[in-house]
Amino acid sequence: MATEPDKSAGAQKDSQQGFVYLPLIAGWLVPGAGHFLLRKWCRGALLAASIVGMFAIGLAMQGKLYAGAHDPLVLLGLAGDLGNGLLYIVGRVLGLGADQVQVTTADYGTKFIVVAGLLNVIAAVDAHNLRTGRKA
Amino acid sequence: MFRPSHFAAVVLFALFASVVFGITQRETPRRMIRYGIYCFALFVGSAILVSWVMFLIAR
Repeated sequence: MATEPDKSAGAQKDSQQGFVYLPLIAGWLVPGAGHFLLRKWCRGALLAASIVGMFAIGLAMQGKLYAGAHDPLVLLGLAGDLGNGLLYIVGRVLGLGADQVQVTTADYGTKFIVVAGLLNVIAAVDAHNLRTGRKA
Repeated sequence: MFRPSHFAAVVLFALFASVVFGITQRETPRRMIRYGIYCFALFVGSAILVSWVMFLIAR
């Protein structure tokens, strides 16, 4: 019969088996996918709705998708946008977003898109922490 | 083109960010909800406060 320390050691070992970075990568590429892989359906759905919603509203407000890295501030914006994973890539391929920010709401939209990417990174790291057992 | 008012944009931003913060920064559903509401109130409350400060400075 296993004692308590044996059980917790076994559970920790189980959580380390397999490719532990899969939820992190899946969560980055598709918002909420990391939590779906871990069968956290409700959390994943809420995260996906929030991040995809924020990205979509940013585009609807004529926000800009950063493309180049010719300026340090633009580079930071690009880093934030890249956090959206496939959403950013699909958006770039389809030519979504404004070329130039001309109205105030478009500036807000650009920030919405950047923050959606940053929130997606937080969500992907959370999925990784759940996978490794660092978070319950 | 979607053109929300400044306040509507703040509320939308606060809503989405608070959901993600609540889920990722707390462990139990009850604490997630409480922390999400707390973050939402802080986002919207601080935006209103800063708006009033800017309004008074500009006068």
